[in-house]
Amino acid sequence: MLDFLLRVFGKDASSSKNVAKDRLRLVLVHDRADVSPQLLEDLKEDLIKVITNYMDIDERALEVNFDNSDNTVALVANIPVIKMKRNAKREEKIG
Amino acid sequence: MGEVIVITSGKGGVGKTTTSANIGTGLAAMGYKVVLVDTDIGLRNLDVVLGLENRIVYDIVDVTHGHCRLKQALIKDKRFEGLHLLPAAQTKDKTAVSPDQMRELCTELKKDFDYVIIDCPAGIEQGFKNAIAGADRALVVTTPEVSAVRDADRIIGLLEAAELRSPKLIVNRLRPRMVKSGDMMSIDDIIEILAIDLLGVIPEDEMIVITTNKGEPAVLDNKSRAGQAYRNMARRITGEDVPLMDLYADLGLVNRLKKFIGFK
Ligand SMILES: Nc1ncnc2c1ncn2[C@@H]1O[C@H](COP(=O)(O)OP(=O)(O)OP(=O)(O)O)[C@@H](O)[C@H]1O
Ligand SMILES: [Mg+2]
Repeated sequence: MLDFLLRVFGKDASSSKNVAKDRLRLVLVHDRADVSPQLLEDLKEDLIKVITNYMDIDERALEVNFDNSDNTVALVANIPVIKMKRNAKREEKIG
Repeated sequence: MGEVIVITSGKGGVGKTTTSANIGTGLAAMGYKVVLVDTDIGLRNLDVVLGLENRIVYDIVDVTHGHCRLKQALIKDKRFEGLHLLPAAQTKDKTAVSPDQMRELCTELKKDFDYVIIDCPAGIEQGFKNAIAGADRALVVTTPEVSAVRDADRIIGLLEAAELRSPKLIVNRLRPRMVKSGDMMSIDDIIEILAIDLLGVIPEDEMIVITTNKGEPAVLDNKSRAGQAYRNMARRITGEDVPLMDLYADLGLVNRLKKFIGFK
């Protein structure tokens, strides 16, 4: 009954327009990243800049990618750490 | 000095040619000097939508290749003094014109016309690149469907990469009834996803088919809802602030009741 009411009043989360919106959002994350392959490269560089304030990382092994499963998109980064910096925060503030 | 406006979409068949013809005719009916340029080389259509197909002598390729003067190729509309068409070539392919030639052509046309409206072919290939080459601003047509909105997003990215900043969106073939029942994306949904400004909304309307059959754009029909939407849109292009028409006004009692109770 509730289902029926939701449907009549157009509030059903599974109404086809909501399905359309979810699918569009997902597909556009990929499309937009494709339009500028530069995007992931730029992001990597910025990530390295920030992270090296805190630790030494293996920059060449760093991987950044989009992963989508179950209607969500996640930015997944694999960043091999070589060693932590001592007093990282303070160094950054001084530097 | 006039303005060059290109009408794009990415996905084919969403209403670029219909929109070009109606906006162009609408502007001419307001008294502006308008030229419509059909850049869909090999798939000429704008001429039949305008009802001018029997008067074509020269086309855009004849002009860019110097086979005739620009003035000779322009077809004058009989209904409106200010309305002209530069037809596409039917026998050549999309590489028959280059972006540089288009830029030059637009510069020429801008001298004589208030508005140069360019009907772009579908796709993102050479024809698209040619069509946008001389444009000052761009409009993107979509329908409320996943594939059309997706392609519109792609086109917006390409337009911005080509320095055609802040294109405006036209949503065509909206069916208010389906939006109400949750089976079609609403204008707000589409705007939220594409994150660009809206120029106007055209409802699905049989009058588009009927007026296209006759070669008389719907914008000239006072009873057509789509015609009204196009008249509003033409006024917005000239800078007027015209509110969106209420497409939901005449939906059934149940819908009005729902609105009353507060369900959107
Ligand atoms: N609002 C509308 N209501 C009903 N029919 C419409 C509407 N808009 C467009 N159409 C119909 O849809 C079809 C395609 O329209 P149109 O030729 O303008 O699209 P297009 O984007 O120029 O296509 P192409 O990509 O092939 O150039 C036409 O038959 C037209 O009559
Ligand atoms: Mg067309």
